[in-house]
Amino acid sequence: MDNLFIYILRIADCSLILGQRMSEWCSKGPTLEEDIALSNIGLDLFGQANGFYEYASKIDGNKSADELAFKRNEREFFNYQISEQKNGHFGTTMVRNFLRDAFKYLFYNELSKSKDETLAALASKSIKEVKYHLRHSSNWIIRLGDGTNESNEKVQKSLDFLWQFTGEFFEMDEIDNKMLQEGIGVDNKKLKNEWNKIIIDTLNKGKLNKPEDGYMASGSKKGIHTEHLGFLLAEMQYLPRAYPDAKW
Amino acid sequence: MNEKNFQEKIEKEQKIEPKDWMPDGYRNHLIRQMSQHAHSEVIGMQPEGNWITRAPSLRAKMILLAKVQDEAGHGLYLYSACETLGISREELVQQLHDEKAKYSSIFNYPTLTWADMGAIGWLVDGAAIVNQVSLQRTSYGPYSRAMIKICKEESFHQRQGYEIMAEMAKGTAEQKAMAQDALNRFWWPSIMMFGPQDSESPRSGNAMKWKIKRQTNDELRQNFIDKTVGQAEVIGLTIPDPDLKWNEERGHYDFGEMDWDEFWNVVNGNGPCNQQRLDHHKKAHEDGAWVRKAAREYAKKNTIN
Repeated sequence: MDNLFIYILRIADCSLILGQRMSEWCSKGPTLEEDIALSNIGLDLFGQANGFYEYASKIDGNKSADELAFKRNEREFFNYQISEQKNGHFGTTMVRNFLRDAFKYLFYNELSKSKDETLAALASKSIKEVKYHLRHSSNWIIRLGDGTNESNEKVQKSLDFLWQFTGEFFEMDEIDNKMLQEGIGVDNKKLKNEWNKIIIDTLNKGKLNKPEDGYMASGSKKGIHTEHLGFLLAEMQYLPRAYPDAKW
Repeated sequence: MNEKNFQEKIEKEQKIEPKDWMPDGYRNHLIRQMSQHAHSEVIGMQPEGNWITRAPSLRAKMILLAKVQDEAGHGLYLYSACETLGISREELVQQLHDEKAKYSSIFNYPTLTWADMGAIGWLVDGAAIVNQVSLQRTSYGPYSRAMIKICKEESFHQRQGYEIMAEMAKGTAEQKAMAQDALNRFWWPSIMMFGPQDSESPRSGNAMKWKIKRQTNDELRQNFIDKTVGQAEVIGLTIPDPDLKWNEERGHYDFGEMDWDEFWNVVNGNGPCNQQRLDHHKKAHEDGAWVRKAAREYAKKNTIN
């Protein structure tokens, strides 16, 4: 398959899968205001996914954006594993999003300089939204970290667990390297220092400890996932798969 | 004297504002009605929220999520409007949890298929609009203004719901059956959203005098039915009422008898989802307690810029 096609799918999948997780929050937020904010983030992510899938669909020429989202199986999804991790409690969701938002912010910033004009435009649009997402999740990390003893402990625990999923952000495989050489893709390895700075700064403000790099999960670029993704897809894809001839 | 001034203002179609004198009965009626309205928006997020993760296309997903988000916004707006009457959101939510405050019974029906997203948008939002358009002229300023703002969004929702129904009605045989089934299940509960018949409605008297309510339950219901029958015909669906027919003399549709036993059953807590909806709301509230507490503690110590 086309390298660019895969490269775009990876980006789109991350947004779709996290968007799906965010939409699970609807009507469950800790306050009505926060419920609205979580839905809003979900909407941004679906919008981003849609944009990148549309582009992937154009390159592929066979599958529509919806087919890419609703008719692929677990092993054909390339989202970072952190995106599919369960919401857990509100603090877990915020840690997951914070780690990811900080990365995506840097990633889209670089991608907006891509030689591929469509990718650059999609990235520029996304970065405005991710900037807000990062502010939202960072503020909650600080609030919860420096809130009560209970909230600090809860968030620290989530952080310690989710840290293993941050290694994937900075991996580069053959496709990434080719995209980088062609001036289309991003050098993820180079983003690590900046990312670390954002993370450390925010965790310090929240009186939280940065976990040590230990075992790091890996494999999403090859369609390897945690068990959570299968259930997420089963739920999300059920209608188009149960009624393949139907238009909605 | 106060009471006389108040009523004169009402007669002159001047809005009553939060700082104006108002009879206790007026204030209490508004708190009851506006909080019920706010709770309905918030509880109403659940039956549709039930399908967000299963929406069948990216577009459908975004539209539905945005819609449910709008409802949360309406809830927020109405709680704020209600707070101008001297009661806090915490107290209002507590009343909901204690089952002292009610919400619209329509949300106690389960959403079983995707077509229910169409039926709710088309019928439930459609019925809500009829009611809310009328309430734009309500005598209490903050409520009236909330209704004007909310009506704009609701009419979008109604069109979106109707679009889902129309799309399914012209789709595969299975889709059309699904759409008809949703209409069958939601029709009667929707027309019962306007409440008991005027002859049975205990609070209509003062509400009309105070111009909180501008039209009676039966007038609003008739208005909704008259508007909706043609819409069903256009997309080839059948309203499940054999007695429904145009009455030339009245200039309205006649319709069949509603099942008021069922209505009161659901109002009194025995609908298919009453317990589930309330439990869901309580659980979200309880699960969020540590978050709200942490945010309060943090705010005491710092400010975020």
